[in-house]
Amino acid sequence: MNGAPLSFRETVAWGTLGVVLFVGLWTLLTASGIVPRQFLPTPLDVIQRMLHLMTSPFAGATLPQHLASSFQRYAVGVLLAALVGVPLGLLMGWFRLLDDIVTPIFDGLRFIAPIAWVPFAALWFGTGIGGPVMIIFAGAFPPCLINAYRGARFVEPRLIEAARMLGTGNTRTILEILLPAATPSIVSGLRVSAGLGWQSLVGAELIVAAAGVGFMMVQAQANVATPTVMAGMIAIGIVGMIIDVLLRQGEGWLRRRRGLEA
Amino acid sequence: MGSIRFDHVDKVFGPNTGGIKALEDINLKIGEKEFVAIVGPSGCGKTTCLRMVAGFDAPSAGVVSVSGKPVTAPGPDRAVVFQQFALFPWKTVRENIELGLRNKNLPAGERADLVANALKLMNLESHAAAFPHQLSGGMQQRVAIARAYVLDPEVLLMDEPFGALDAQTRVVMQEELVRLARVNPRTVLFITHAVEEAVYLADRVAIMTRRPGRIKEVLDIRAIRQAENWDKHPRIEDVMDLESFVHLRTQIWKSLREEKGANVI
Repeated sequence: MNGAPLSFRETVAWGTLGVVLFVGLWTLLTASGIVPRQFLPTPLDVIQRMLHLMTSPFAGATLPQHLASSFQRYAVGVLLAALVGVPLGLLMGWFRLLDDIVTPIFDGLRFIAPIAWVPFAALWFGTGIGGPVMIIFAGAFPPCLINAYRGARFVEPRLIEAARMLGTGNTRTILEILLPAATPSIVSGLRVSAGLGWQSLVGAELIVAAAGVGFMMVQAQANVATPTVMAGMIAIGIVGMIIDVLLRQGEGWLRRRRGLEA
Repeated sequence: MGSIRFDHVDKVFGPNTGGIKALEDINLKIGEKEFVAIVGPSGCGKTTCLRMVAGFDAPSAGVVSVSGKPVTAPGPDRAVVFQQFALFPWKTVRENIELGLRNKNLPAGERADLVANALKLMNLESHAAAFPHQLSGGMQQRVAIARAYVLDPEVLLMDEPFGALDAQTRVVMQEELVRLARVNPRTVLFITHAVEEAVYLADRVAIMTRRPGRIKEVLDIRAIRQAENWDKHPRIEDVMDLESFVHLRTQIWKSLREEKGANVI
């Protein structure tokens, strides 16, 4: 990267400048009347709307309540993706036959955007919890599998040879050699999965009939309530950032701990 | 039990893409509890010989057998000590040594006894709970040797085990290995490019040619070692000063040097 590294205070200062410029430009465009307010609400409208939504319900729930139901679906979807993707990736990294069977299908499927699954998700799993969870799963699954697979596949070959000459069986090799060797890669994958899962949320909630940020935004769109739509977008952005920061911290902690051990 | 045999062994790498002949007509018999070192220029295929006994590579022609049975896959009857140690970084010293015993499904009590013996044998008792990265290279290689010895293997395969160590540590480990071989004799196939090491440690030294590697000659060291009382000298440098040692070393050096352009350290 070009440029000298900055101190924490400098980083914060430049970051703030970016936000101020962005909001300033936004205000300029809307307040001056260059862009009509129905097209783009002013920052003030959006902030007022957000504060209002904190306590007053829209489409049956307040913004925190919508966020809570979204988060529930999200957590289930990402957890399922990890529980299926990581073991499958490890197994594919060890058993060549499984790799040969699964990889072609997976390589095709993973390029289908999660939102493309909406019709079938609704048809197969309904619009309650099942359908949205499937869409989040579709978004979060590929990095779980890919990173576990790569982590397992690219273990130092000497370690595999050492395990084999010690007479280590398949199960033990996967659990005691591949899994710990692949852990850094798996953790990075989980972080990417968590981000992609959250991104898939709005698509997932297009088909929800009860609550959720995505649901709230779809209802607002129907009413041409653009500040509410924008408030939902901002809420998604902020929660996504919080998830990422927390997971980054978790990853850093794990790396430091492994740094002491490995 | 515990013999190794190469019978007209060839090895070609990448046979489908033109192919590089790495080994040609290797014939070698290693008897029970015999220590044989293979020396040769870099890239002559000496490590490939060891890897075929370990079961990591298969011969392109001919047969490699251990105790009369052709080798088909790796197994704990043929323990390997790697140049780069190959310890599991997330396992402690004890766990590294114990893995092979757990694979043999030995009861916990028996495992604990065997691990304790191995730790003691290699002077590792105070490091049992350490992780490999907390140990020096020499200590790590002690762990790798303990991990191999604890399996009570028929043959011990050592692939330039001291190649990654500094000169002083290397000497200590060589002396250690001689001590170990006296306490607990094994069939050993030892790969090295260091001539002194081979002469000091081995019963017989096999000299290989450049690629395609062939066995050029095999020197028996035992008669000279006994006649000249090498074992009476506790230190490797005293042995290396003996005329008989220097003579043998020079003989091997010359033989290796004849390999045109050979790159011998």
